[in-house]
Amino acid sequence: MHLADGIVNAPTSILYGFVAIAGLALALRRARADLDERTAPMAGLVAAFVFAVQMINFPILPGVSGHLLGGALVAILVGPWVGALCVAIVLVVQALLFADGGVSALGASITNMALVGVAAGFLVAMALRRVATRGPAGLALVAFVSALVNVVVAAGSFVVQYAIGGDAGIGLAEVTGVMLGLHALIGVGEGVITALTVGAVARVRPDLVYLLRRSRSEVAA
Amino acid sequence: MRRFLIGFGLAALVIAGALSYLADPDPDGLDSVTRRGCVADEATGELSGECIARDATNHALGDGPLADYTVNGDDGLTGLAGVAGVTATFGVAGGLFWLLRRRSPAGSGDGGGTGS
Repeated sequence: MHLADGIVNAPTSILYGFVAIAGLALALRRARADLDERTAPMAGLVAAFVFAVQMINFPILPGVSGHLLGGALVAILVGPWVGALCVAIVLVVQALLFADGGVSALGASITNMALVGVAAGFLVAMALRRVATRGPAGLALVAFVSALVNVVVAAGSFVVQYAIGGDAGIGLAEVTGVMLGLHALIGVGEGVITALTVGAVARVRPDLVYLLRRSRSEVAA
Repeated sequence: MRRFLIGFGLAALVIAGALSYLADPDPDGLDSVTRRGCVADEATGELSGECIARDATNHALGDGPLADYTVNGDDGLTGLAGVAGVTATFGVAGGLFWLLRRRSPAGSGDGGGTGS
């Protein structure tokens, strides 16, 4: 879901540049509390893992693919603040090294996937936390649902950007309908990947799953 | 702990280095929305018609050595580009998070709970 340069106009790109900077500055401040000698290397690997899985586009319809955004995945594993930084770093590396996602559109892409997507995934996961702590099936269900919501909400965030600064003559209703419909399908794939990944980590190191840790006690054990 | 982290890192390397060859080359959800109404030329990929993507400009760093997850344009080396990306991402993210971490009072002796 990386925006190319020029999809939204320059003022909108600049506006979202400021939104991204403000959001990441806040995340940077709040992330400290969630990082220690154990969780810092884990969080670095979570970012690397998101980069890797984002390379794997999976088919959703003839001629259309999707890939993981990772918002719910990072929020469940390392929390929303560190998670937002993970996804943002992935997007910066992709734009600068791999020409994936326009450099001028980075603010818009970071807002959609690192800020809005992570926030949506985290809020759903927190709302369903009681289900997640019931056992592996509950955790998988919460991971699936929060990942699905994260993708659809991130897609909605692009629709807002297009409404503000899209210059092309394609109707907003059409863009909204197709964008949300396709991303509901992509969200199913994202949900499966997220449930499998979170489940695998929780099986061997439940103490490294932020959502479970926070629910057991506020202090990291 | 160390075994788990090594395993997690290896999983990322295998996904980016090997599984990436299986990725679906079709445009993703957003790209297919922005291309609606246009037809892509089979050979050049150039778009004709009326669509959002016609507004898109070429990537400023599109001539970089790893552009489009290739190595100098060779998509047979996608796996290598993927390994480079995983390594770079881990380097940047791991480095940042290590600098940001709270130092444990016993460990580094700086005693403060908030780090540097």
